[in-house]
Amino acid sequence: MAEPTSHLRTYGQIAWLWVRAAWQYPTSFVLLAVGNGLITGLDFVGLWIMFSHLRDLAGFTLHEVALLYGSASLALAIADTAIGSVERIGTYIRTGRLDQMMTKPVPLLVQVCADQFTLRRLGRLTQAAVVFGWACTFVDWTPLRVLVAGSMLISGALVFFGLFVGFSCVQFWTTDATEFANAFTYGGATVTQYPLTIFPREVMVGLTFVIPVAFVNWYPCLYLLGRSDPFGSSDLLQFASPLAGVLTMAAALLVWRTGVRHYTSTGS
Amino acid sequence: MSPSQPDHPSQPLIDVRDLERTFDVRRRVEGHRRRVREQVQAVHDLTFSVEAGEMVGYIGPNGAGKSTTIKMLTGILVPTGGELRVGGLDPSRQRVELARRIGVVFGQRSTLWWDLPLIDSFELLQKMYRIPVHRYRENLDRFVDLLDLGAQLDTPVRQLSLGQRMRGDITAALLHDPEVIYLDEPTIGLDVVSKGRLREFLRALNAERGTTLLLTTHDLQDIEALCDRVIVIDHGTSVYDGSLAGLHAHGGSTRTLVVDLVDEAPPIDVPGAEVRAVEGPRQWLSFPADASAAPVVAAVASSYDVADLSIQEPDIEDVIRELYSRGA
Repeated sequence: MAEPTSHLRTYGQIAWLWVRAAWQYPTSFVLLAVGNGLITGLDFVGLWIMFSHLRDLAGFTLHEVALLYGSASLALAIADTAIGSVERIGTYIRTGRLDQMMTKPVPLLVQVCADQFTLRRLGRLTQAAVVFGWACTFVDWTPLRVLVAGSMLISGALVFFGLFVGFSCVQFWTTDATEFANAFTYGGATVTQYPLTIFPREVMVGLTFVIPVAFVNWYPCLYLLGRSDPFGSSDLLQFASPLAGVLTMAAALLVWRTGVRHYTSTGS
Repeated sequence: MSPSQPDHPSQPLIDVRDLERTFDVRRRVEGHRRRVREQVQAVHDLTFSVEAGEMVGYIGPNGAGKSTTIKMLTGILVPTGGELRVGGLDPSRQRVELARRIGVVFGQRSTLWWDLPLIDSFELLQKMYRIPVHRYRENLDRFVDLLDLGAQLDTPVRQLSLGQRMRGDITAALLHDPEVIYLDEPTIGLDVVSKGRLREFLRALNAERGTTLLLTTHDLQDIEALCDRVIVIDHGTSVYDGSLAGLHAHGGSTRTLVVDLVDEAPPIDVPGAEVRAVEGPRQWLSFPADASAAPVVAAVASSYDVADLSIQEPDIEDVIRELYSRGA
């Protein structure tokens, strides 16, 4: 199977062209990246200030919340950097750009994700990595925990990847639905920045089985912290993140295919 | 010559049979609370075929179904009925495979990367289409030479003039040696010199490489300069398929002789022409487009005191309208 590698290479080539295009305006590029990092950094400062008044949040210390926050932010930043452009398909449809992409011999999803690739989001990525790195120094590491931490980041990115792609597809049916999609993607990301025990059990079930963001950080972090689920769900869930990532991706690709078929049969 | 040839030499390169495309449209209708669903036929009963190496003009008024047809030919849109093959492939099912063998230029939208030098866009296309490097170099050199783009290769696309950008887009669509190229309004907005150069290039391309050309345009001169054959589409179906000269005869179109007399006079009466309008000393006479203007002019000049004369050529849009109103 040489195809996936060659798609990845094409993705890289398109993305690289966009990076070079952004470098045509280096000052603006740097300012945007720094600004992006600072703004997302304020999120965490907010948490910090909260903890200066509280000893713990729903039974979690600042270090533990930082681990949850850092891992979720990092997964989101990876997904956002890699394929954030998929949110724009509504615009691509309206401007006819999608039609142009369809006349190129590269799968549409590869082109859409790589289009307008920007390293501006590196700001968010760096900020998330710093918080995560700091929180990691408080974890009692074992080989299995290292493995779980690594797979958590990859699976988390896959879950967000799937959510981004899947919910962006709504725009194949109704354009201008970006806000609707954001409610699930960025909304899901915000939710994961806190210990999920602050939510009622019903929300928890929804975040596990419907919008599976609990697998991005909550379950694997419980394992890293040596805790069992306060809701009493099975400890097996703490190892299920890769499965959740793959399933979300698969579902998203299915929705994508359906969306493209709908588009080519309505010409909207 | 193009390296890959159609799979079945006996089959035309583009083969369209009874092609149909309907759209569901929701419309507000008085007396109904909800919008009523209607089916609109954008294209119906469309049949034509194009042999490899032909240059065909595909014309018709706005909304006639031109772009719907192009979208189906390129695989962007799935037909709702009929048969469609391009180079032996079913465009909507084999879209990505077909993309390697066709070139598309949308006149009003560029595929080039706005902020980067022209050459960067070409190099990315070389990778996307996996064009062998030596072939890419050969083509690039040839097109840059023919289209006089050498000085612009290192200029960011945003700084190019409309004509330069269009030549860049055409080069981009041809680097991978497509068997057929679809051009949608390629000369729109260009000045006379740029138009002429572009037409010359397209003629040379067809002569040298046998590239098939399907051109949609509102500019009759594009068709006259390039196409041996015209397909006229109106209300979603072909109303004429043949030579341009034949189109005028077929459409019963007329040329108009505008006569400015020295003094006001009753309607001019000469053989072979009839008066359409009179306004003071000016009169409009029409005569068949395929007839010579000379005898009419001579007849008018010998019997009347003429201050000035001019001839108006038939308008393609009028010809098409005339064609359709006759239910051809």
